[in-house]
Amino acid sequence: MEHERYFIKQISVFSENRPGRLAAIAKAMEEDGINIFAFSIAEADGFGVVRALVNHPDKAYRKLTGLGFVVSFTDVIGVKMRDEPGGLYEVARILGEAGINIEYSYAYSGKEAAVLILRVDNIRSAIEKILAHGGSLMEAAAFR
Amino acid sequence: MYWDSKIETMEREELERLQYRLLKTLVYRLYSFSAFYHRRMEEAKVHPDDVKTLSDVTKLPFMFKRDLRDNYPDKLFMATQEDLVRYHVSSGTTGKPTVVGYTANDLEEWTVSLARALTSCGLGTKDVIQVSYGYGLFTGGLGLHYGAERIGATVIPTSVGGTERQIELMQDLGATAICCTPSYLLHMGEAAEKMGVSIKKDTKLKVGILGAEPWTAEMRTRIQDWLGIKAYDIYGTSELSGPLFTECTEQNGIHIWGDFAYTEIVDPKTGEHVGDGEKGELTMTILKKEALPIVRYRIGDITGMEHEVCACGRTHPRITRITGRVDDMLIIRGINVFPSQIEHTLMGIPEVGQHFQIVVDRKHELDALLVRVEVKPEAFSDKITDLMKIKEMVAHRLGAALTVNVDVELAEPGSLPRFEGKAKRVIDRRKM
Ligand SMILES: [Zn+2]
Repeated sequence: MEHERYFIKQISVFSENRPGRLAAIAKAMEEDGINIFAFSIAEADGFGVVRALVNHPDKAYRKLTGLGFVVSFTDVIGVKMRDEPGGLYEVARILGEAGINIEYSYAYSGKEAAVLILRVDNIRSAIEKILAHGGSLMEAAAFR
Repeated sequence: MYWDSKIETMEREELERLQYRLLKTLVYRLYSFSAFYHRRMEEAKVHPDDVKTLSDVTKLPFMFKRDLRDNYPDKLFMATQEDLVRYHVSSGTTGKPTVVGYTANDLEEWTVSLARALTSCGLGTKDVIQVSYGYGLFTGGLGLHYGAERIGATVIPTSVGGTERQIELMQDLGATAICCTPSYLLHMGEAAEKMGVSIKKDTKLKVGILGAEPWTAEMRTRIQDWLGIKAYDIYGTSELSGPLFTECTEQNGIHIWGDFAYTEIVDPKTGEHVGDGEKGELTMTILKKEALPIVRYRIGDITGMEHEVCACGRTHPRITRITGRVDDMLIIRGINVFPSQIEHTLMGIPEVGQHFQIVVDRKHELDALLVRVEVKPEAFSDKITDLMKIKEMVAHRLGAALTVNVDVELAEPGSLPRFEGKAKRVIDRRKM
């Protein structure tokens, strides 16, 4: 099975909780014509991690590190949510039963359906389980 | 090898009896001949007769750097110009410089102290010692020059600067030891490599006598491994005469010759003695100084003291590496905190950089200490929990080192202010 086609390359950016940091990231992306598909901010005590799916992750990486940001790549998966109640619970149940941990998740509204972005501790196994249970996953190609 | 085995290995009790005799003589002399110290003693309601044991030293009043500055240039001197044979002048970072005068005996004592020290580093007549401390008003160059000549070594008085020439002379004259600041030696090592010279392979250098600026154990390891030498810490300040004391070949603390100086480590806030091994402010009484008396002089350097007899056989106490200055000290909930302790702790944590900022504030009538550190790019994780773990680990390590609660804030790399020269890392909001 070709797991890699479902590996979506997320960029994660370390940011202090101070005004203007988010705007600086957004502006940098815009300057280089990089599209942001999905975006989430996880905040903690004094700092945060900005996670984004963009059309040119490598370009975004170079641009942001050049500006002094700490950036890393993370492989995530995108689960297309069925437009019915309990969809999220369903995904969590499938992964939970397989002993796969969800590190974090965030949603965004894709063209056809809502998409749940997941960072899991065993991405290959997660892909197999979700597909085996009839779920559908975004392909990485959709983000280019 | 000892320079003076009788003194250097003297039984502790005998050494203390000697110290007491010297102290008693000094106090009578000060009371009789120093207008300044006489007045100080009167104010403290202490008479020379009150000094009946060595520990009665604590009855004597302290001297501070400001006493030397306030009495510029020579009002504290107990010798006339006819008796003085030299001046050294140290430029103060604030205000007036400090002038130190020396009688012939003062120079002799200084030289003997260094002769013992250099011998304890394994140096002797077979050595060629390059003195790359500045010669002139600064005490480093001339002090080590006379000390090295006294032990019968051959001196190359290169002073500072002209690095390429220094390296050529080091090779051509076969220098086996160098006296300079650790940062200058690192600079020399780099300059030598650019010239195609490896100090380790292409020179005879085996010993470095390094000091006159703060340096760390980590720096020592780097210098020793890279340059293939043994690096010894040297200590002294111009007020005390100049560089005076070094580590012995055990590299486990700097021997302070007890017949030369009586050393106390005090709490900078209360002036009370701290326990053996505990950190505090180095306070010295130079027992035989003639021109400029130094009695319970609060040097401002932070160190600890060790009284155990050294493995080298010397009975004289040792001080540990200087870890900071009292001027930088913060008092957090009554506990003394030094920025250098924070720096030292951070150096041992690979996840964060060495730059930091300290913010002190008062919250609900209590002092709060916040340390901002930069996350290293290699330690960055997209998971908040991983970053929180780093934050908590740093807070825990700092808390254990400082014995106060520390809040840690993770900052972006490169975001904390950088300093050239003296760092201003502390923001104390309590004063505002
Ligand atoms: Zn020793």
